[in-house]
Amino acid sequence: MRHTISILCDDTPGVMTRVSGLFSRRGFNIESLSVGHTELPGKSRFTIVVAGDDAVLEQVRKQLQKLVHVIKAWDIKPLDAVEREHALIKLEVDERKRAELLEIITAVQARIVDSSGSIWTLEVTGDTNAVDSAFNLFSPYHVLESIRTGKIALERGPSRMLGRKKRDEQGA
Amino acid sequence: MRKGNITGARALIKALEAQGVEVIFGYPGGANLPIYDELSKSRIRHVLARHEQGAAHMADGYARSTGRTGVCLATSGPGATNLVTGLANAFMDSSPVVAITGQVPRTMIGNDAFQEVDITGITIPITKHNYLVQEPFELPHTVEEAFFLASTGRKGPVLIDIPRDVQLEEFAPHQAKYPQLEGYKPTVEGHPGQIKRAAALLKGAVRPVIIAGGGVHLGAARSELVALAEQAEIPLVYTLMGKAAFPNSHPLCLGLVGYHGRIESNTAVSEADVILAVGTRFGDRSTGPLATYARQAKIIHIDIDPAEISKNVPVFLPIVGDAKGILAQLAALLPAARHEEWVRRLREVAGAHPLKAKLKGVNIPNVLSVLRGLVSDPLIVTDVGRHQIFTAHYLPVDGERSFISSGGLGTMGFGVPAAIGAKVGNPGRTVVDISGDGSFLMTCQEIAAAVAEEIPIVVLVMNDYCLGMVKQLQDAFYGKRHEACRFGRNVDFARLAESMGALGIRVDQEEGIAPALEQALAAGRPAVIEFVLDDPANVYPMVTGANLLEYVE
Repeated sequence: MRHTISILCDDTPGVMTRVSGLFSRRGFNIESLSVGHTELPGKSRFTIVVAGDDAVLEQVRKQLQKLVHVIKAWDIKPLDAVEREHALIKLEVDERKRAELLEIITAVQARIVDSSGSIWTLEVTGDTNAVDSAFNLFSPYHVLESIRTGKIALERGPSRMLGRKKRDEQGA
Repeated sequence: MRKGNITGARALIKALEAQGVEVIFGYPGGANLPIYDELSKSRIRHVLARHEQGAAHMADGYARSTGRTGVCLATSGPGATNLVTGLANAFMDSSPVVAITGQVPRTMIGNDAFQEVDITGITIPITKHNYLVQEPFELPHTVEEAFFLASTGRKGPVLIDIPRDVQLEEFAPHQAKYPQLEGYKPTVEGHPGQIKRAAALLKGAVRPVIIAGGGVHLGAARSELVALAEQAEIPLVYTLMGKAAFPNSHPLCLGLVGYHGRIESNTAVSEADVILAVGTRFGDRSTGPLATYARQAKIIHIDIDPAEISKNVPVFLPIVGDAKGILAQLAALLPAARHEEWVRRLREVAGAHPLKAKLKGVNIPNVLSVLRGLVSDPLIVTDVGRHQIFTAHYLPVDGERSFISSGGLGTMGFGVPAAIGAKVGNPGRTVVDISGDGSFLMTCQEIAAAVAEEIPIVVLVMNDYCLGMVKQLQDAFYGKRHEACRFGRNVDFARLAESMGALGIRVDQEEGIAPALEQALAAGRPAVIEFVLDDPANVYPMVTGANLLEYVE
């Protein structure tokens, strides 16, 4: 079973090593990881997808919470959240397949972000399933290279990230 | 230097003094000399180890025996890597240690400079936290934070790596606002609802058992534990780390539990209907096979570390927080109770399974029995091996913090340096390290440190001319093929000790045991007694099957 863990932490050197190292040394396999800044100055937020049952997830979460730079680690339930992945796909376009490809591009709401001669670079954004589908649909064509980011996820409605008191302090 | 300015090294020593540090165990080198230069002007005592691993174990032994944070100091590169075993050892047993290492100058970091190693990278998995100090003005706050982290919540080692140029650079002490430890909030108070539920569960228990772990020392909760056990008449078993968590000769105390546990202890856990586990992480040595562990019991688990709850064993009722307060609150809710039938049952099991080693000749149980008659409430330190388990079984200790051993990591070579650290922290107590020939040889150079620093520890080397625990495992599981387990020509341990300036005695006759111990205990200087064991025996009980009650005794 797949779980999505969100981690709010200090943006300090080495925090990436501390977080990712914890997964490997405790035997938890990271499926995807993305990290970036947040609206809070000096803070970063990880979204990590990890496979394992509920007990594994809870152990991961508690071990993460023990890292001194981790302010909060919590699991995100897919139904309560908006999730996005981003992918870039570079294709060599056969003139005869051009119309067909454009149809697929429209259908999956991809965008052509670069075209150099017969080579197009497409951008796809969506939840994991949407990006998977796009990869599937493009795979019969001549894909030169492709890359996708890890998932990022935000819960719907009010933030669970910080407690109410904290939010008041931050004037949010 | 500008008026009012201080160097990083000076700031470090001032910060250590402000933490009340009285001793540093260390070893100098190129990258920490500025610190040593400042240390020479301080009232902080320095104990010069003979190997950095020794310094780390000394700081650990000091911490375990006093409850205060131990400090060790090493240089960059090999000095820092030599600390690694000691830090891992402290980490596994949650011992509060602050390690300070010198590092190459900032401009050379990442260049593979002479004696450069990424010690913060190396020690991430074996420290509670670590720091690479980038600016001298960070030092006062970093030291304060490091001591706070090491000594609160689940305790553990913290490392501070300080580049040499940061040690030398001057700064004006200023009042800049420092980042807070926003993500570090250990739970101290136990949840009152959970404590109430635990009290109800214990009240209804017919066959309750307490498992005492090392967290009882760490939380200084011994007297609360004794009071609770007595009030509700609950028998108690201990893990190796929890041996001194309860007076061993107390009538409710059953003995060591687990893989090498007493039959009555393992019976108690296997038959209990409610287990109150205090400050134990259900490590595999204390549980034996997990699939069959404590099948009849509802487990109440008191621990300061939420990550330990249900990590290895499913817990019915967790109480996260400081054991001292929780036990006191729990006791207040528990009516006085008797469990006569249950206690009688366990005493019968105990009576049917006495410890079986003979007390004749030169063997470990006999030496320990003589030792016990000669000195009251010694501070016992052990190494790792058969002698360690023999000591756990055959040397009851009743005093607080009277038993120190490497539990989680099982570090051979821990004994001598840990005993030195313990003696430094407890100059008024008799400190006896019980070691084996294998373990002793791993860190015996620290005897030279004890002699030079006039730290009178007594070391008993139980010489069976082999790696006893390895031999025992080969006996049980490898068809008695004793590969790589014998040293061949052995060391003359008495002469080795004498060569370092300690008192050295060799005992190979039973009559010699008592006089040698008396002489060593009275020597007033470090003493090493080699006991040439005349019939080295394996240590039992030992669990050999799929549950705690399948054993060899």
